[in-house]
Amino acid sequence: MSLPGLLPDLEVLRKDFPILSRTLAGGQPLIYLDSANTSQKPQVVIDTMVDHLERHNANISRAMHQLGAESTAAFEEARDKIAAFVHAPSRDEVIFTKNASEALNLVANTLAWAGPHRVGEGDEVLITEMEHHSNIVPWQLLTERTGATLRWFGLTDDGRLDLSNIDDLITERTKVVSLTWVSNMLGTINPVEEIARRAHEVGAIVVVDASQAVPQLPVDVAELAGSGVDFVAFTGHKCVGPTGIGVLWGRAEVLDALPPFLGGGEMIETVTMERSTYAGIPHKFEAGTPPIVEAVGLGAAVEYLGHIGMDRIHAHEQAITAYALEGLQTVPGLTVLGPLDAADRGGAISFEIDGVHPHDVATVLDTRGIAVRAGHHCAKPAHARFGVQSSTRMSSYLYTAPAEVDALVEGLHYTRDYFKVG
Amino acid sequence: MSNELDSLYQEIILDHYKNPHHQGLREPYEAEVHHVNPTCGDEVTLRVHLADAGDGVTRVGDVSYDAIGCSISQAATSVMADLVIGKPVDEALAVQDTFLTLMQGKGSVEPDEDVLEDGIAFAGVAKFPARVKCALLPWMAWKDATLSVVEPVETEEKS
Repeated sequence: MSLPGLLPDLEVLRKDFPILSRTLAGGQPLIYLDSANTSQKPQVVIDTMVDHLERHNANISRAMHQLGAESTAAFEEARDKIAAFVHAPSRDEVIFTKNASEALNLVANTLAWAGPHRVGEGDEVLITEMEHHSNIVPWQLLTERTGATLRWFGLTDDGRLDLSNIDDLITERTKVVSLTWVSNMLGTINPVEEIARRAHEVGAIVVVDASQAVPQLPVDVAELAGSGVDFVAFTGHKCVGPTGIGVLWGRAEVLDALPPFLGGGEMIETVTMERSTYAGIPHKFEAGTPPIVEAVGLGAAVEYLGHIGMDRIHAHEQAITAYALEGLQTVPGLTVLGPLDAADRGGAISFEIDGVHPHDVATVLDTRGIAVRAGHHCAKPAHARFGVQSSTRMSSYLYTAPAEVDALVEGLHYTRDYFKVG
Repeated sequence: MSNELDSLYQEIILDHYKNPHHQGLREPYEAEVHHVNPTCGDEVTLRVHLADAGDGVTRVGDVSYDAIGCSISQAATSVMADLVIGKPVDEALAVQDTFLTLMQGKGSVEPDEDVLEDGIAFAGVAKFPARVKCALLPWMAWKDATLSVVEPVETEEKS
């Protein structure tokens, strides 16, 4: 089957991902539709990491030997690759963290501590009801500690941000606006630049959780910065990289103004018993031995995505998503949570089926080799907004084939039959 | 694949799921707990009423609940209520322990129908690691609620 926008030679591309050719219990092929949870890894990422461990392993920036130099070069090259991938004006604006949560916590913590952007009593932090818990809890902690107030953009019934009260929400009191670019549950793509411009007018710091955006959309942080975005956080494992590595991109001026996050090795300039002075960015925010091989793996991952082209990956995701939305509509009693137009959404589609609980859906699908996610997807407020406790979520990626969507739809019909619904 | 599913979704489980026993929150009760499975969001609010019928034995007088979740957690709540209501607390706690052992046995524990009655239908769940917590949710809630009533009394007696 060929759909407009689908990546050409999909069968060849799928061979880049060794796990896609494994079989599950009973000899069934794997149908992996849980990429918003974590993506699978191409051979080049696996090989790059193995090669680093086999040939170049040493600690970085401290080892005065050849391996140390090689390892440091590989680590810093990874930073260059990521800076190029997201179009960062400066490589020093790319901070390695362990994941998106740590990146968001870095910002939410240091904003409470010191500097010209410090959040205090009477200030307001604005987030949205469709955030992942990792972009909710750090701000709850920040506002609880500082006496600031946490405010929320609500959602419309079709799963978009409700911007009707934006003038009430973004005011002179707003110090931080933090929002997801692409919802991990509803799939909605949010107008981050429009919101950033409004936030910038009142001098608020704008943080974008790009965990689901970076894997799917062309990202240009320089352009985002032009609209007033100060930080972009994402994680490596959702964009064909390994776990244990995330990225915080921040505008140099704001990063410079923030106090250090974690203290330790590598983040200092000098240390005496009285006081320490700190390294410049990015090292100021990278205390301790970093996840070196993971960073190197992520460098290979974004290079791989860059070779295919993010425009083409985005088109593929939209083609698969449109095809999936169409197929899901054929299942009686199935309700999609979020926008129904593929053009406005990412590749995560959450849905409910009348009379069958998501866990039971996932278990039945699992026995057919189909991996989906069931639960609240770390977005409990968004589920509560739609009056549901949990949902089933399919999520595609650049390696997803239309036949896999067919298998899902067939599996859902089977699930309804199995539970004698309808 | 259907056999594998059938071992999980026994008729007894589906029956309890569709027609749960002892559902709803009732008075009187000595303890109420709210347990959540944080990974999937299943929730149960559960009340325990303990009573002494005059024979000096504390029994489980009632278990009432309001639960949302999957077929396994809902059926487990219903089966559990059937099993423990009317039993002396010590005996009910022993049943809880037997059920826990079954669930943690990865499918290698032979269920004892004399003790677990309808609960033996959950033997297949032990082979689905992702679903074990679903089956244990109400049992953990009930144990928590029951011990919160029983243990303070014991502490007082000791002191």
